[in-house]
Amino acid sequence: MSAQVRAPALREITADEIEALAIGAWVLGTGGGGSPYLGLLNMRRLYAEGRRVQLMSPLDLADDDWVAVVSNMGAPLVGQERLADSRNTARAVRMQEEINGIKFRAVMSVEIGGGNGVQALMAAAELGIPVVDADCMGRAFPEAQMTSVAIGGLKPYPCTLYDPRGIEAVVTKVPSWKWMERASRKICVEMGSIASTSKAPRTGREVKDWGIHFTTTAAIRIGHVVMEANRRHEDPVAAILASEGGLKLFTGKVVDVARRTTEGFLRGSAVVEGLEEDRGSRLELSFQNEWIVAWRDGKAIATSPDLICVLDSVTGNGVGTETVRYGQRVSVIALPAPAVLTTPKGLEHVGPRAFGYDLDFHSLFQPSEGRGA
Amino acid sequence: MRRIGIDVGGTNTDAVLIDGTTVIHSVKRATTADVTTGILDALAALRQHPATRGKVDAVVIGTTHFINAVVQRRHLQKVAAIRLGMPASAALPPFCDWPSDLGTLVNGEVFMLEGGHDYDGRPFMPLDTAGVRTAARRIRDQGIRSVAISAIFSPLDPSGEEQARDILLEECPDIAVTLSHDLGRIGLLERENAALLNAALRDLAATTVSAFRKAIADSGIDAPLYLTQNDGTVMQAEVATQFPVMSFASGATNSMRGAAHLSGLEDAMVVDVGGTTSDIGQLRHGFPREANSVVEVGGVRTLFRMPDLLSIGLGGGSHVDPDTGRIGPLSVGYRLTQDALVFGGTQLTATDIAVAAGLLDIGDRARVQHLSAGLITAALENARQQLEDNVDRMKTEAGEVPLLAVGGGAFLAPEKLTGCSQIVRVPHGDCANAVGAAIAQVSGETDQVFRDLSRDAAIEAALTIARDRAVAAGADRDSLKTVEVEDMPIAYLPGNALRVRARVAGGIATPDVRDAA
Repeated sequence: MSAQVRAPALREITADEIEALAIGAWVLGTGGGGSPYLGLLNMRRLYAEGRRVQLMSPLDLADDDWVAVVSNMGAPLVGQERLADSRNTARAVRMQEEINGIKFRAVMSVEIGGGNGVQALMAAAELGIPVVDADCMGRAFPEAQMTSVAIGGLKPYPCTLYDPRGIEAVVTKVPSWKWMERASRKICVEMGSIASTSKAPRTGREVKDWGIHFTTTAAIRIGHVVMEANRRHEDPVAAILASEGGLKLFTGKVVDVARRTTEGFLRGSAVVEGLEEDRGSRLELSFQNEWIVAWRDGKAIATSPDLICVLDSVTGNGVGTETVRYGQRVSVIALPAPAVLTTPKGLEHVGPRAFGYDLDFHSLFQPSEGRGA
Repeated sequence: MRRIGIDVGGTNTDAVLIDGTTVIHSVKRATTADVTTGILDALAALRQHPATRGKVDAVVIGTTHFINAVVQRRHLQKVAAIRLGMPASAALPPFCDWPSDLGTLVNGEVFMLEGGHDYDGRPFMPLDTAGVRTAARRIRDQGIRSVAISAIFSPLDPSGEEQARDILLEECPDIAVTLSHDLGRIGLLERENAALLNAALRDLAATTVSAFRKAIADSGIDAPLYLTQNDGTVMQAEVATQFPVMSFASGATNSMRGAAHLSGLEDAMVVDVGGTTSDIGQLRHGFPREANSVVEVGGVRTLFRMPDLLSIGLGGGSHVDPDTGRIGPLSVGYRLTQDALVFGGTQLTATDIAVAAGLLDIGDRARVQHLSAGLITAALENARQQLEDNVDRMKTEAGEVPLLAVGGGAFLAPEKLTGCSQIVRVPHGDCANAVGAAIAQVSGETDQVFRDLSRDAAIEAALTIARDRAVAAGADRDSLKTVEVEDMPIAYLPGNALRVRARVAGGIATPDVRDAA
């Protein structure tokens, strides 16, 4: 991880950076979260209308500022028909203000990975408040309790859910983050398996203590190195590794994909057959919406929470668990997980056992390399 | 069954006559600006062969006419877009992701109304029938003659699109209506884009198909006309006039189908070496493997059923670097017969190397006698390396597979390639595309979400729908074979939701009623 440079208090995000963010968020999506393309189209429209989004350092939040945490929840397939709409995201945030009688200083994303990496910008553009350069995962995860704020034991409620037909729902109180996941998932399914949500509001203090910092900047940086490498006809995968201190796990061709749904999640595995220096080996990737474990010739070589990213070998773009297919030539890389996810408490929420694998987490990276604060 | 296959490419119009499974005769003629003249020329040349006279059961044409219209922004008409699904997806209206020049050309007016469905089949909102009627009157008053209707989740339940069409036709009886569910899968924006492109091509399709009919009739042929689709199957000409986007077919699709037919191989890699590029694809069960992702047509994102092809700049007209022997990617293209050394030109091309190496006998061999053995070897090695690397990129399984080499530049393929069990060349291989058109089959496809069914039952349900669709499109039910089945459970959706895509294809049923050619 390169050294953190302290960003100025507020700066405008450029249209070019949003294009880069969409690419970088898809890489950090670790296979899940859906493609950011539709969110990107929203942002292009908002910028064409003259709206602008300011990026704010989490360190510049006052302790008693309120920060909205947004996400589009539901099935990626439904997101392909009921398209992301910045006004819905904004409405979920307004509901929180009405219920709690607060004004938000800024907005942030629950997860930088996938389509939700752009959702916070969409809300910010509508509401005219800044986006905090932070999220609660530093990647993407499938469930509500798999966040840094849940690991921190912060209050899980209330959560608002909005459907543009005028259906507004609030999960007022739950005893745990897991209950928040169960209750909000049920509502989301009734809304048509998609909902614009605003999670429990966070104070500036909580974001400073428990947010994963500078992940928006990281996604933009990743997008830029991919764009630049493609412009120069250089290897975009190598460019990501160099920029983010990642490790290449495997290069090859997808030869098998098995998918099944259990408990409402997309689970399964993809098998990559080695090419070049990996010829003769096979890498199996197990997923629950996101890539969770990578097994080389039967032995686990990388697990959550380290980021396992499957990238198109040619373009460097992310490959999703729903779209991975036979014959794709892919490069599988690992990026260091945010430090908070690798603590004992963090591993309870997002380690291999949280996904049902009887494995210990052994990071591929030195502790100092953890992403974010 | 005697059929004529015609492939109208950018450079050549090829025609073949097949009888049953045998190629009787094949010809190549230059493509003309008006397309029709080239077809007439090719048919006249074909009919000179005595064995080709007599009754013909069908004429099948493959053309790049419609895709070229989109790419070149020519012959497109104004379209009205009706989107059903408000208040969802409101932020991203029809045309929102089109290149602006094309959007300006095609966008007549956009109407966004309540309607559509949820993923589980429940209505999302009741259809705004009054709104549809108002839109219809406005479309009529503006003189727009083609409309595209798209509704949220219409691949699961098309009733909303159909209802809106009926209201439109009450108000504007002569209007051309395209429904998105006829053209696409899940993915509203891409499906709607397909419908909009299709609507923009309706007039061109009508005039092109009637020109094709006239060329055939003027050639003295009385047979029904079919057009090949993107996936190497055919549709009846009158259907093709309704769905021109389904005929975006590249010649490469027909080449691959033709290669499969001529070689008898159903599972193989294919390389079609033309003048400028080589297209590499994979045959599965005798059909090109499809690209499983977004395909951009003229800058518009779609999910068309296009073959998964890799095009590389290696062809018979490719420039050769005299120092290194590196071939391509620049090419002399259709100027080969003026610019190549063997034709008295000054540009060293892959064709010159082939002549010097004794692989090919065209032009004047004396003009390439001075080429060094080292250069010839280096160039052929470069061609071999390019093909080897790129065939490997397109292979989807380890192990050796046969490679079919077709097209006018197939001489560039070596006798051996690592990863390929054999290199297969076939007679009439230079007209494989027209052969592919002549032997094209009729297909039917399903792509929808099934719930509360076992995996086997869902797949069977999907196949049944696909078979019925194939028969409705003119296939002979008894000859139907499954081409492709793909299932995908859907994250978060309850009831063991499974998205199943199935495709079947079979021979053309003997027509009871003659297509009025």
